[in-house]
Amino acid sequence: MLNKNNLKVWLKSVSLIGALLFANNLFAETAEEKGLRIATERKAADKGWGDSEAETQMILRNAQGEESVREIRTRALEVDGDGDKGLTIFDQPRDVAGTAFLNHSHINEPDDQWLYLPALKRVKRIASRNKSGPFMGSEFAYEDLASFEVAKYTYKYLRDEVVNGENCWVLESIPTDRYSGYTKQIVWIDQKHHRAQKVEFYDRKHALLKTLTMYDYRLYLDKYWRAHKLSMVNHQTGKSTDLITAETKFRVGLEARDFEQNALRRAR
Amino acid sequence: MKHQWLETMVKRPFWVIVLGCIVAFTLAAGAQNLYFRGDYKVFFGPENAQLQEFESMQRTFSKNDNVAIVVVPKSGDVFNKDVFTLVMQMTEDAWQTPFSTRVDSITNYQHTEAEGDDLIVDYLVGEFADVEITQQMIDKAKEVTLHEPLLVNRIVSPTGHITMINVTVQLPDKLDQTADVMEVTASVRALVDKYAQLYPQVDFHLTGIIMMNNSFAEESILDLQTLVPGMFLAVLIMLAILLRSILATVATLIVIAFSILAAMGFFGWTGMYMSTATIGAPTIIMTLAVADSVHIIASVNYNLRQGMEKSRAIVEALKLNLSPVFITSLTTAVGFLTFNFSDVPPLRHLGNLVAFGVVMAFVFAITILPALLYVFPIKPANTGDGKLTMMDQFADWVVRKHKLILPVTAVIVLAISAMVPLNKVNDVPVEYFGEDIKFRQASDFMDDNLQGVSTIDFAFHTNKESGINDPEFLAVVEEFSQWLRAQPTVDHVLTLTDTFKRLNKNMNADDPTMYKLPEQQEIAAQFLLMYEMSLPYGLDLNNQLNVDKSSMRLSIAMDNLGSKEVMDMENAVRAWFAENAPNIQVTAASPSLMFAHIGEKNMQSMLMGSALALVLISILLVFALKSVKFGLISLLPNLAPAAMGFGIWAIFVGQVNLGLSIVTSMCLGIVVDDTVHFLSKYKKAREKGQNAEQAVRYAFASVGRALWITTLVLFVGFMVLAQSSFALNGDMGLLTAIIMVLALVVDFLLLPAFLLVFDKKVYSSGVENVEQKQSESLA
Repeated sequence: MLNKNNLKVWLKSVSLIGALLFANNLFAETAEEKGLRIATERKAADKGWGDSEAETQMILRNAQGEESVREIRTRALEVDGDGDKGLTIFDQPRDVAGTAFLNHSHINEPDDQWLYLPALKRVKRIASRNKSGPFMGSEFAYEDLASFEVAKYTYKYLRDEVVNGENCWVLESIPTDRYSGYTKQIVWIDQKHHRAQKVEFYDRKHALLKTLTMYDYRLYLDKYWRAHKLSMVNHQTGKSTDLITAETKFRVGLEARDFEQNALRRAR
Repeated sequence: MKHQWLETMVKRPFWVIVLGCIVAFTLAAGAQNLYFRGDYKVFFGPENAQLQEFESMQRTFSKNDNVAIVVVPKSGDVFNKDVFTLVMQMTEDAWQTPFSTRVDSITNYQHTEAEGDDLIVDYLVGEFADVEITQQMIDKAKEVTLHEPLLVNRIVSPTGHITMINVTVQLPDKLDQTADVMEVTASVRALVDKYAQLYPQVDFHLTGIIMMNNSFAEESILDLQTLVPGMFLAVLIMLAILLRSILATVATLIVIAFSILAAMGFFGWTGMYMSTATIGAPTIIMTLAVADSVHIIASVNYNLRQGMEKSRAIVEALKLNLSPVFITSLTTAVGFLTFNFSDVPPLRHLGNLVAFGVVMAFVFAITILPALLYVFPIKPANTGDGKLTMMDQFADWVVRKHKLILPVTAVIVLAISAMVPLNKVNDVPVEYFGEDIKFRQASDFMDDNLQGVSTIDFAFHTNKESGINDPEFLAVVEEFSQWLRAQPTVDHVLTLTDTFKRLNKNMNADDPTMYKLPEQQEIAAQFLLMYEMSLPYGLDLNNQLNVDKSSMRLSIAMDNLGSKEVMDMENAVRAWFAENAPNIQVTAASPSLMFAHIGEKNMQSMLMGSALALVLISILLVFALKSVKFGLISLLPNLAPAAMGFGIWAIFVGQVNLGLSIVTSMCLGIVVDDTVHFLSKYKKAREKGQNAEQAVRYAFASVGRALWITTLVLFVGFMVLAQSSFALNGDMGLLTAIIMVLALVVDFLLLPAFLLVFDKKVYSSGVENVEQKQSESLA
């Protein structure tokens, strides 16, 4: 039943909706365009960090409740126009201590990867399309750890939602590389600082495979936010992996030659 | 006068029927809670040690429930462009299977080789199906696969005539996985149908754990759809012939239907689920419910023919039958209730379900049945009196020849019973399915052509982080793997030591002499790390290693063996480790192993259950017959049929599965009915001063035909169950049907001969028996 008051409210709503529709037609940003805009802003917000170094603990758990802790050190170098370069040195478990992994990531071609094996004192190139594969037996795939590049996905803005107490844009990201292990990612990016708060990964059969949640964001150099805990849960196997970083150091003086093959032997 | 309340059935028939309907339908409403669990895990209670071990191993490594798609080119050769294209397309599509986490085939096998100083890890043929396959690729793949222990006898046959695509699925953890299993099956079947059309020159077979679960569900539903209507039809025909009255038949069918509905509904109210074993329950309840009604209707007919007024005829028939029908229902229920000794939940469910159904059948037979008989315009049927003389002639013959019959039958009973120990407990899940079932055919085919379907997973726990990289540990596993491969029953061994040896060769420029285990822990660990870092999504080593690399899983496939051989293998492995590597903790688990253990364990507990059934039923008989002596005599006809049944089974089959473990308890409860009827008549005649000979004649004349008819009903009922495509239900039905016939033979030959020879004493007359002439119109 419509009484006078209700009628007013109703008329108001109708005119508001009409105005919104009109406005939408005027600016005409599609969901895809909005998604791409947010992704581009995200990349831009993190531009210029240069190089960094961090010590990280990797905690693996299985459905039985068993746990395994691995310790790694990572060094990273920002590369303009391509994927970043990364160097990972393993400290634990002991029998792989000193093993160093070098990765030159690329946007839409396989990464270049080398591994230094201290037991052989030799650098071996790993030639494989393994970006979908697990990193050190964890629930993180290489592609989950690689640097974020706009061209790696196509985007679609879905909705706004609050996650981890932050107002977020929810984006659907579809990998452009067929060798990706995913058909889709749903990413929550906070509107304040363009930080990813949560990511859902959908496998090749379009089923939810994993959820990654970011915790403990800290600000470096007044501009760059880094999450100090990344928590990945595999919904299909019940396994999970946490990546916990104590501290990240920026601009420690790393340069391109520290990320070359023969630098691997020197990496300590 | 006693049992005054029985008058209610004819005085207030309408209220009795309404009340009966309310009870029946209130209970029946619970049936909507029933659901069906088709997975094999229903056979194992949560406390089952092997199930716990199995689930723990799955949580530590990964689940390995699978669908095996066996690809059989009619040309007899896998290594050609057509088949490779097919396998590659199917492999890519198989990743779309719901819940799939891994697909293994010859085309996506992660081949490793040295290239200069680098390690190349790549798909043997390709990841995506749009790769053009060249002869060179095929030649290389042939060379690699036929020499790779990981693949030969598992993914490809040694002659290369068939190949397999293995789809591993991770079903979500929940109690009822039937819907998920059916979803996976539907998807895989659609996949096979698609490629069967595109490649008519190739045959496909589907097997694996998921297909087994699916078959449990699918065949159970088929069973329900055929057995229950079949049984209804059989009962309908028999009743029509026996009762020669449509309305009496209808009344009996209502009692039967109500009993089944009430029992199933009650089961639903208690929150239970249906399973492979309990689908036999409606058939069994139907079979057992018939007897009560038949006895009562027969008495009513007899009374009517004697000229009794209808309501009196019904009340008298009730009074006459109340006690024997109560006792026989009680003994039957006791027999079924001892199923609770079983270690297999569905067998416990079956016992409780049928016991409840039997009690309800008794209740409805003394309430709704007489009320219906009163309301229906029933005329006494004219049953053949000609049979009377036949039964008399038979009694005559037994009396004349009893001195010959006793020793001859005694020797036969003993001789056949002596065969019982030749039975071997054997529970092989694949063999639960008849040979006409596709899953069975597919599994047999794979067993004959590729690898057996009996599997055991062994986990070795070093309890030390990275312990599996220790060269000493690896050497033990390698030696153990070689030992396994030397066993004639072992078809395939999936061991990580093969991978280590291959990596060692690859890292040494593919030098064949370096195909051996790395000699240092660091080298082993770093090779493994390098290999793991090279593997793509879904093809990692999580199925063989735990998270901190302290445990390793090794899987073997064996010929489709009996449960004893599976357990022998487990024990041999434990003995091997006790002798060669006592510091390594070994656990073993697999569905095959679970079934092997449950068969043995359940048989022992059901022997206890059967012994208790015997004691309880004998005590009931002592009370029913009001005589310790006759209670003891009754042991003979009660035990002999089951003993002979298992003896005959030993001669013709020799394999005893879970379904047969309950037969003794069940048969005790049922065959005792014949004995009760026969002995009570015999005793009554003796107490009236007749000698053994006269008493035997009297017993034959009064209940002979009734026994022969109820035996026929029981035989037909269990033979219907014997048509089940499940060996569990089918074998149980068949053996029980055999025992029903043997029971009648024993009651008609051995028991009277025994009484004639040994029961010579003169009885004092005058003891009034509650039972009077009973069921005589049937005699």
